[in-house]
Amino acid sequence: MGKLEEIHVLQGHKGRIWSGAWHPRGNAFATCGEDKTIRIWSMDGSEWITKTILSDGHTRTIREVAWSPCGQYLASASFDATTAIWSKTSGEFECNATLEGHENEVKSVSWSRTGSLLATCSRDKSVWIWEVAGDDEFECAAVLNAHTQDVKKVAWHPRQDILASASYDNTINIYKENTLDSDWECTATLTSHSSTVWGISFDATGNRLASCSDDKTVKIWQAYEPGNEENIPTPDNQTVWKCVCTLSGFHSRSVYDIAWCKLTGLIVTACGDDAIRIFKEDDNSSKNEPTFSLVCTMHKAHEQDVNTVTWNPVTPGQLLSTSDDGTIRIWKFIE
Amino acid sequence: MPTEIENLNPSVYAKCKERSVTDEEQNEDVPDPFDQREVFDLIRVINDPEHPLTLEELHVVQQDLITVDDANNEVKVYFTPTIPHCSMATLIGLSIRVKLLRSLPPRFKVSVEITPGTHASEKAVNKQLADKERVAAALENAHLIEVINQCIASS
Repeated sequence: MGKLEEIHVLQGHKGRIWSGAWHPRGNAFATCGEDKTIRIWSMDGSEWITKTILSDGHTRTIREVAWSPCGQYLASASFDATTAIWSKTSGEFECNATLEGHENEVKSVSWSRTGSLLATCSRDKSVWIWEVAGDDEFECAAVLNAHTQDVKKVAWHPRQDILASASYDNTINIYKENTLDSDWECTATLTSHSSTVWGISFDATGNRLASCSDDKTVKIWQAYEPGNEENIPTPDNQTVWKCVCTLSGFHSRSVYDIAWCKLTGLIVTACGDDAIRIFKEDDNSSKNEPTFSLVCTMHKAHEQDVNTVTWNPVTPGQLLSTSDDGTIRIWKFIE
Repeated sequence: MPTEIENLNPSVYAKCKERSVTDEEQNEDVPDPFDQREVFDLIRVINDPEHPLTLEELHVVQQDLITVDDANNEVKVYFTPTIPHCSMATLIGLSIRVKLLRSLPPRFKVSVEITPGTHASEKAVNKQLADKERVAAALENAHLIEVINQCIASS
């Protein structure tokens, strides 16, 4: 069994903290919550301190923040139906663009691997793809209406321009640009969860996706491309995603977030039972029937629901979590 | 608020007596865990959105449909709409949630659900009430929070 060591407990936000995101260099992170502010944290000696508070961008709860891959831009999604783009071009962080279009709460925002595309999703059931046209210019490239309910999360594939979205309708959708007419379309709908899918995270290769749900399970999905050696049919020449593993019986409440570490392959979950759990793929696991073991449970990781967990992209084993208890915690996982 | 009242003539029930406070409960040195009656007292006085009556008088909430597990920080409340097509079910559920959110210590995990078999859209309403993100967003809606505050005002 591994061990999770609490390194720092950080306070500053008032009330529930919905999300936290590491800067791609791993030496800073941003957090946001119901106090309608974004805080940017970085190291000062051995302590994490708030370097900047951005409080003039949104009029309602800020649900999620996401750094662009270059680390120059920060996007924030808010219940006020807008997505703000912040950058530091003039030395201080400023809101340089506000993306409007969603009818109500924006729940999630994600940058593609090159930073040239941005995806947002909302309770209005739609997923929007934005093209970064210039420094502060964003053009809507697609409005995707494949979900029948509130869309909770969007996440880009780490190596290709493929987008995944998770919804209150219990499904996950995969989207790709059609090379013939350059229209974005939904190429797969992943059904197996029996309630809201809260979180999704690709592995380092993008051939696998992990999802977590209100049904208290975690599922692992494997991509089978056309011409796959397993001879799994791929109708319309589209990659098929199959649920190859379900982790049930571990979580006692809704699982709100999941993160697949691109460095170590470990999977971490944030749960409504206040715990953080870490899963590791077994040594004798196989591609088509993988098995995972629970290697760590941190009960009472927070005093209330854990809302986000995210691995440091540079430092293996370093983890950030945010909670309804108003704290951010930094953890170190030791195998 | 709706202009037409859906259930014109609801059954009205008697209120229960005030809780008698024991000597042990007065003693500050004795641990006093939350119990069914205490949670019932918090929500029984909530006003119905349609009638000048409380949820207790309409039997929308009942003491024996509440479970409290103080040691494990769990509170579960079943509420019973007066008619199976009551469009106020989500609002009533939200009012109960908000009242408990404001009254109980944050350590409690509160679930509010419709009594099984008593509402046509039971599953949909339960799913919405259990979704903390949607509840949080709803509570930022100025009009809705005003209505909820009226329901729980005198309580």
